[in-house]
Amino acid sequence: MSNLTRRTTLAGLLATMGFASSPAFALATAEARSLIDDVVARITSVINSGKSESAMYRDFEVIFNRYADVPTISRSALGPPARSASSQQLNQFSDAFAGYLARKYGKQFRDFIGGEIIVQSARQVKSFQEVQCVAKLRGQSPFSVTFMVSDRSGSDRFFDLLIEGISLLKSERAEIGAMLDKRGGNIDALISDLKSAG
Amino acid sequence: MLPTRISPKRALAIGFGFALLTACSVPEPGTDVHDPYESVNRATHWVNGELDRSALRPASQVYGTLVPGPVRRSVDNVADNLGMPSAVMNKIMQGDIGDAIHNTARFAVNTTLGLLGLFDPASDMGLEARDSGFADTLAVWGASEGAYLVLPVFGPSTERDTAGLVVDILTNPIGTVLGPKLGSQAEDANLDFTIASTLNSRFELTEAFDTILYDSADSYTQLRLFYLDSRRFSLASTSDDATVDLYGDLYEGLYDE
Repeated sequence: MSNLTRRTTLAGLLATMGFASSPAFALATAEARSLIDDVVARITSVINSGKSESAMYRDFEVIFNRYADVPTISRSALGPPARSASSQQLNQFSDAFAGYLARKYGKQFRDFIGGEIIVQSARQVKSFQEVQCVAKLRGQSPFSVTFMVSDRSGSDRFFDLLIEGISLLKSERAEIGAMLDKRGGNIDALISDLKSAG
Repeated sequence: MLPTRISPKRALAIGFGFALLTACSVPEPGTDVHDPYESVNRATHWVNGELDRSALRPASQVYGTLVPGPVRRSVDNVADNLGMPSAVMNKIMQGDIGDAIHNTARFAVNTTLGLLGLFDPASDMGLEARDSGFADTLAVWGASEGAYLVLPVFGPSTERDTAGLVVDILTNPIGTVLGPKLGSQAEDANLDFTIASTLNSRFELTEAFDTILYDSADSYTQLRLFYLDSRRFSLASTSDDATVDLYGDLYEGLYDE
């Protein structure tokens, strides 16, 4: 439909605003890329470490806490109820959520053994950085993995991860929303169940 | 190479495809998900889940356990190779001649060096599969996605993708490029291979499928999100606006104090 026009307009707009050529943004892009280089290297070393599953989940959680903007991701996953939650609830939820994600996605990473993730390119999109990777697993066609990076938290962190266009943030928003609905909106019940979910 | 006449079956398929296409419903502007049949879809989703639990999942476990990995991979390779002629035709219809040539080269390499598709030397030569079906062609031709649908057995789809699927099933991939020489036999073989490949995918992705289907608080919503977003991604129809909407209020008020 009007995709092309819209995209072209956006590109033109960014160019006129000087975004595309600004050295500061080029630097931010390079930094985002190096962050993801680190993440990918650390994930790969955990996958191929031959450790037990529970040890791998712990390692993933450490990586997630180090490289991801966990407060922002968990707040976004919680959605509008986050506004009425206490800061203690938000912290507890954030901790439980990090463990849940490490287990849930750690299970999938088992399939990655012997595979590799290659960082391909990075670019500025609006106020954040998009780092494009390709995952090559044994016996499968390569697929796209995209990290979204922002420095709004004070340091470079990724706040979303997309696999073939499927956003972790978007799917966890839906999932956490459904879990909260099932518990009648009770955040404390959600927190305690999340500790064993995933 | 091209079939000299269009078989009645194929004409019917294309006609049916277009009939479905014109019936595509139009989403309300600004909505990400167009799901007017949600209640029916949810019921079908539930039935499909039961079907997976009672038949597909156990069968895939048996298949995956009994049949060694290399054999399963070869079966997949053959199924993939049989689909290439259809992918070539669709790429041509989409005007993507580069990919059509790429897929033709892949088909030639895997059919010869790959011993009729049992092996996949093409991927190692940089000729990875660039799969495509009639649903993709419809998208390129400008057909809108239509409503989200959950099909019995097949699972998530859209009105446009269902129209494409009907055409894909009814048109014989081998016959499409090689003509009637391999005709009917190949069609039957393709059906068998497809079932085996389905079982293999279900086995190889046990963890991923189980997570979505059984561990989720709302597997219907998860599957819908996965299907629509990955489909839009593969058709490169995700607009920058969608991304902006998704991340729009992410950092709002969070680090401003």
